Amino acid sequence: MMPLWLELLVSTLLIAGATLALIGSWGLAKLSEFLRRLHGPTKATTLGLGCLLVASAIGMNARGHLSLHELLVTAFLFLTSPVSANLLVQAVLAMQPELRPPPVG
Amino acid sequence: MILNIALDVALGMLVLAMVFCTYRLFRGPSLPDRILALDTLYVNAIGILLVLGLRQNTQVYFEGALVIALLGFVGTVFLSRYLLARAAEARPDVTGSEESQ
Repeated sequence: MMPLWLELLVSTLLIAGATLALIGSWGLAKLSEFLRRLHGPTKATTLGLGCLLVASAIGMNARGHLSLHELLVTAFLFLTSPVSANLLVQAVLAMQPELRPPPVG
Repeated sequence: MILNIALDVALGMLVLAMVFCTYRLFRGPSLPDRILALDTLYVNAIGILLVLGLRQNTQVYFEGALVIALLGFVGTVFLSRYLLARAAEARPDVTGSEESQ
């Protein structure tokens, strides 16, 4: 059985992570253009899933299941999610070059 | 006790997030929007699997989460590459836009 402070910590991380994931998906559904819609999933959802992964790692280890799976998922997701977002933006800019902002300086 | 309530609330929020993603997936309007919606959908699915694993006190779901993370990334990359190739076919003048500036 977990001590109360640990339970509170895991609960806070869980609620924070789920809220961030919800905000990211809400932005995806609500915002008006593709490049705006990209903000929600790439930032909020990645951070939210990070919170969920930390909560899961703490909770599982507190229950005696010592596991490194969360670290694997975290490393993999944080490596791949910016790459896929970058590729999507490259594809969109190749399809609609007029979306590219003017060069600075 | 608190943890059980938090787990249920988190599960509900993630399901709602997946509903938003599904809305964007069907609504579109463009192909990149749908790809992005699929991407977000699988990220949320990983979150749901993690919460379920914590809720049922089992480690079976982690392998599933790992497989979804792997295959989701590969799928997104291939769909984006397809879009890039199609754009290159349609407008040969703007391909390699990174270098052409």
